[in-house]
Amino acid sequence: MTEALPLPADTPAGLRFQDVRIARAGQPLIALDAHIAPGDVLTVMGPSGVGKSTLLAYAAGFLDSVFQASGAVLVDGTDVTRLAAHERHMGLLFQDPLLFPHLSVGGNLAFALPPRLRGRAARKAAIAAALAEVGLAGLEKRDPATLSGGQKARVALMRVLVSAPRALLLDEPFSKLDTALRGQIRDLVFEMARARGLPVLLVTHDAADAQAAAGAIVEIAPA
Amino acid sequence: MLRAAPFLTLALMLGPVIAGLAGTLLPAAGYVPALGGTSVSLEPVRALLAQPGLATSVLLSLFTGLAATLGAFVIVMLFTAAFEGTRMFRGVKTLLSPLLSVPHAAAAFGLAFLIAPSGWAMRLVSPWANGMTRPPDVLIIGDPHGLAMTFGLMAKEIPFLFLMVLAALPQTKSLAARRVATGLGYAPVAGWLKVVLPRVYPQIRLPVFAVLAYATSVVDVALILGPTTPAPLAVRLVAWMNDPDLSFRFMASAGALLQLAISLGAIGLWIVGERLAIHVGRRWTDGGGRRFADRWVALAAGAGMAALIGALLLGLCVLCLWSLAGPWRFPDALPAHLSFDNWLRHLGAISEAVGVTLSIALPVTALAVVLALACLEGETRKGRALRHRTLPLLYVPLIVPQIAFLFGLQILFLLCGLHDTLLAVALSHLVFVLPYVFLALSDPWRAADPRYGHVATALGAPPDRVFWRVRLPLALRATATAAALGIAVSVAQYLPTLLIGGGRFASVTTEAVALAAGGNRRLIAIYALLQMALPFLAFALAALVPGVAFRARRDLQPST
Repeated sequence: MTEALPLPADTPAGLRFQDVRIARAGQPLIALDAHIAPGDVLTVMGPSGVGKSTLLAYAAGFLDSVFQASGAVLVDGTDVTRLAAHERHMGLLFQDPLLFPHLSVGGNLAFALPPRLRGRAARKAAIAAALAEVGLAGLEKRDPATLSGGQKARVALMRVLVSAPRALLLDEPFSKLDTALRGQIRDLVFEMARARGLPVLLVTHDAADAQAAAGAIVEIAPA
Repeated sequence: MLRAAPFLTLALMLGPVIAGLAGTLLPAAGYVPALGGTSVSLEPVRALLAQPGLATSVLLSLFTGLAATLGAFVIVMLFTAAFEGTRMFRGVKTLLSPLLSVPHAAAAFGLAFLIAPSGWAMRLVSPWANGMTRPPDVLIIGDPHGLAMTFGLMAKEIPFLFLMVLAALPQTKSLAARRVATGLGYAPVAGWLKVVLPRVYPQIRLPVFAVLAYATSVVDVALILGPTTPAPLAVRLVAWMNDPDLSFRFMASAGALLQLAISLGAIGLWIVGERLAIHVGRRWTDGGGRRFADRWVALAAGAGMAALIGALLLGLCVLCLWSLAGPWRFPDALPAHLSFDNWLRHLGAISEAVGVTLSIALPVTALAVVLALACLEGETRKGRALRHRTLPLLYVPLIVPQIAFLFGLQILFLLCGLHDTLLAVALSHLVFVLPYVFLALSDPWRAADPRYGHVATALGAPPDRVFWRVRLPLALRATATAAALGIAVSVAQYLPTLLIGGGRFASVTTEAVALAAGGNRRLIAIYALLQMALPFLAFALAALVPGVAFRARRDLQPST
């Protein structure tokens, strides 16, 4: 499963890792050169501690200053590496839903909804539609702490999606869900990403996740 | 603003200390042209050394401070070793947290009203137990050896050290370590002293030094409980500084440097003691002994803790009684009747003192909270904590004795025309409020999950929006607690208000201490209670506000 990945150089659409190399104190940690077309999933697999999450942090703009990185990340042909983290619009999902505990479910989605969508009514409608899309219609006023694990995961997913990201970065987002829920949420995430034509980078140590992603897989060995 | 915040914070915190020390040094060497001292000389030092009873004052300062710190430290350590994880331990924790906010002066008054010959303790056992119908003629408060003062300082420092230990324990995984030791056959106290203490101590070392520096240079507690013939050095320094004869100030400045030497000397002696304890402790640990007179230690530490907390609490009760007391003759156990007459009679003066106190405490605390938040937010954005380099700096204002730099600061404010202004008093309070606010805020801030900020940023929120909408709301409880602590610290300040304000600003604390020499117990009790009530109100509000603001958010309610 480690054969050369297709790199359609003439179509810039999608998420491209262009000769990305990350090192820590001079020691090479992780390298990736890959292109993810819209709607595709690239899975980066490896045991914990090999720097998979570092790769996501680099793409999202949160790389700790103890690391040195070279290369570039391009979204639809534009280099985002030079942009501030909040201008990159990389949707992030972690293994915890990380819903803001001080905001209601609706408040969490409103925080994510871009300001260019104007008008209270329009914003409320967008939030209601997003919740309905994942079977949570009418839960706007709920305290996130009162939701079940599966509900939280779905709210977290919709929070990312309503922010209109240009790509999705998934950091073991299913690893804390129990087995029954896991497959369900996983399918939901990939289905939504495909429907919206989002390129997805999935980082995981679980072979089942990789298989379900049904995309190219890059194995990272411990350095 | 964020970039400048750490520098501004350090400047406001350390600037006055450094400038003040310099301002103390020059007059100590006889050089203050404004006061007629134009040449450097050893005359102030000579005058100081010629003061009668100077050696006694120095020894009193040194040994009451050392004994109080050592006593509080030993009781807290042994108590924790014997009782950590028990129900009694949790009980003591809930009792001590509110006691931390009781200002030193208020605690000292409570103790004085309790143990004085005509105090409550004696009234409770007279005449039925001892046949006394008039107070015994013995010197308990202000005894020449400073025992009452030592006891008072010890009782007041126990809550502080205990809460410092509580903060340090989780990071040392103390309960797991203790379980391992128990599995190897160690009795609780021996096991704790061998495996947990060596990891807890480094974290509470700076607070211990702060306690030492404070206890060796304290003025308000010494005025209330300490000896007078002669008084501890710090008390005499303030008297000289306030003497109408301005030439006394040269000698007072030289004395302030002596005070600095005493406090640093006490810390030096403590460090020597640390080395000895480490040496003895290593040999003891290597020896494999499984017990440390566990039963007796538990009994003694429990009794010591109970006695000191009991004395503090009873002292507070007797303050309440006196503030409401009608006629209360010895040896009646209770006043003849209780009423709010005392409060009503002094309402004007009381509200004025509260107004002055708050007009200093509120803006100072607000500025300290803003600066601390700006420093921490800047640090979060840079993605790197400066913890290890800055932590000792935060303790500088807490370790250099107040009196050593307040004299100089007073002179500097005099030179730039700011003397006796509210601004100058506020700046001097800020020196002490900032470190506490910063210390209280930085741990919870740094412990917050950084991924909330990352998620918000990835959703497209610019840094300011992430701060206002995510990081600050999540830290609201910690911020409110830090602000309450700031108010408590400001309310308790005696020396800065007195010296920098030139006696013009009558806060509840300066009023209370000023009344110490007189015998009006009702009025003293009222001011001492006000001293306690203001910080207590602040903490109550701090506990209430986030709970109300986030009443519909389960994860932001206080746990248990």
